[in-house]
Amino acid sequence: MAGKTLYDKLWDQHVVKTREDGTALIYIDRQLLHEVTSPQAFEGLRIAGRKPWRLDANLATPDHNVPTTVLERKSGIEGIQDPVSRIQVKTLDDNCDHFGINEFKMADKRQGIVHVVGPEQGATLPGMTVVCGDSHTATHGAFAALAHGIGTSEVEHVLATQCLIQRKMKNLLIKVDGELGKGITGKDVVLHVIGVIGTAGGNGCAMEFGGSAIRSMSMEGRMTMCNMAIEAGARVGMVAFDEITAEYVKGRPFAPKADQWEQAVAAWSDLKSDDDAEFDKVVEIRAEDIKPQVTWGTSPEMVTTVDGTVPTLEDAEDDVERSGFTRAYEYMGLKPGQKITDIKLDRVFIGSCTNSRIEDLRAAAEVAKGRKVADSLIQALVVPGSGLVKAQAEEEGLDKVFEEAGFEWREPGCSMCLAMNADKLGSGEHCASTSNRNFEGRQGYGGRTHLVSPAMAAAAAIAGHFVDVREF
Amino acid sequence: MKAFTVHQGVVAPMDRANIDTDMIIPKQFLKSIKRSGFGPNLFDELRYLDEGQPDADNSGRPLNPDFVLNQPRYAGASVLLARENFGCGSSREHAPWALEDFGFRAIIAPSYADIFYNNSFKNGLLPIVLDEETVDRLFKETEANEGYQLTVDLENQKVVTPSGEEIAFEVDDFRRHCLLNGLDDIGLTLQDADEIKAYEEKRRASSPWLFA
Repeated sequence: MAGKTLYDKLWDQHVVKTREDGTALIYIDRQLLHEVTSPQAFEGLRIAGRKPWRLDANLATPDHNVPTTVLERKSGIEGIQDPVSRIQVKTLDDNCDHFGINEFKMADKRQGIVHVVGPEQGATLPGMTVVCGDSHTATHGAFAALAHGIGTSEVEHVLATQCLIQRKMKNLLIKVDGELGKGITGKDVVLHVIGVIGTAGGNGCAMEFGGSAIRSMSMEGRMTMCNMAIEAGARVGMVAFDEITAEYVKGRPFAPKADQWEQAVAAWSDLKSDDDAEFDKVVEIRAEDIKPQVTWGTSPEMVTTVDGTVPTLEDAEDDVERSGFTRAYEYMGLKPGQKITDIKLDRVFIGSCTNSRIEDLRAAAEVAKGRKVADSLIQALVVPGSGLVKAQAEEEGLDKVFEEAGFEWREPGCSMCLAMNADKLGSGEHCASTSNRNFEGRQGYGGRTHLVSPAMAAAAAIAGHFVDVREF
Repeated sequence: MKAFTVHQGVVAPMDRANIDTDMIIPKQFLKSIKRSGFGPNLFDELRYLDEGQPDADNSGRPLNPDFVLNQPRYAGASVLLARENFGCGSSREHAPWALEDFGFRAIIAPSYADIFYNNSFKNGLLPIVLDEETVDRLFKETEANEGYQLTVDLENQKVVTPSGEEIAFEVDDFRRHCLLNGLDDIGLTLQDADEIKAYEEKRRASSPWLFA
């Protein structure tokens, strides 16, 4: 009999019950909650007269529409200018207080983007099932956890039952072997992967990232990669447990304490695919082939290299793709064959659950140090992923590096990744962004997003257009 | 949840692949703490020529005449015909809420993003998968015939065209059962409460660090 994949193992460990029709009741170890996708779930509980099944499995923090300016943040929730956002953030507080759920409120220094906060607190642990009403929950799979986004009905289901009804997915392995070139990050790797398999390439699959390039990657890099598994259609992204995982987890507030640590590590050491495990599909990628990536269009699969050009209609595979390209040229205001380095930028955004961790900020600061943001830019924003990332960065003096270069240093939140708060693009503006989606209107009505790594974003801010960070 | 058995309605064709949930319902409308009222802002950026605001009156806004749902021939459409990977991106359940609130009861496409597919069933909205060739043919028929309607029969798992042609589709038994009966699956899961508790005790013993 063939061995098991990491996904098979995590699945097997969480099956409460298998039903005749092939669906299974899966136990959920951790649910993360935020203000946008939880209010209707809490309301559902209230209407049905139900209580949360297990309070300690939940952790909440507001992130999607919290303001990021010091001015708006200093007077707390009452200081939120947008009345609709204010009500939503307040509703999360009220619901968590009412039901007794642990919440890092907006003024708490541990507040931040759920997918930054969970790992940072050790609230995400190897071997867990982790869910959240947010598609980027795939991030937590970097810890050899089974993590995926869910809708609000399922948020309510997990609150009420601690379980989800699931059907097993297929196993997809993305194997990246070799050594990544200088300046190439997890962001470039995952954008390259999406370019290869397409935005629907992982539909119906749990996607494991393996190979020597992943084994030597930091937890931050692995989180960035798993975070964007969903942009390739896979609800789940995963990386096997190893010493790098253990090193990151050890000592964090929710991590196993001294007496349980050895026991936990022993249990986690098997959280990897067996050598003879069979995958439904394997995609092999050579690390050496990967260059800095830049998206040119309105889907993450519309991606090319910084030394490349906007593809022409001849590059499209069929009529559906050709019409997608045509619409994207128009929306993005680009011409087929145009050089990527010729795209002029209006704003730069460094942040989001994809790239707002300390390693990301260090990489961007290294590029920005001693340089100045181009005069042609309207704004260059740096938004740390959590209050603790912000504090760490300030301790290292990164805030000063950014501010001296002309970047704005902000309070933690999702910010311009999805522009639910005041941080947004104007219509027609081009933005080099370290976020995860370049959909139409994502960063603001009519806004034009180009996804890149933090170092590439910083270099673009300095130059005013895209430049190859390897030569910068 | 509204039960779904048989539904007949006008078909609206959205001839575009990878329709993402940001497009279905843009972010500013996600600030609502309610489940209803998203219909007027369904496909907001495609449907109107200006930028929509939450809690605003949409009746005086300029409509994009080229957008399919604004064309008189598709008025009252309740079956959406779409291309591959419909509903990709964000997990927002506001997407099926908006589609349902607008009046859609079924979607027909070659493929869906996983989370959207799952969310739809929880809201009385049936996402049907048909092969690309069939979908392509339905696009042609819809565009060629004004007032083109399809009948969706969940009980018998088939789509019936105006000419009487029957097209079979697959759907998971459990989801079909819940949708046919309009069942809330939380109640169903809680029938297994003893098994959940038994699993939980085992897990507490083997992985005590997961419990406070």
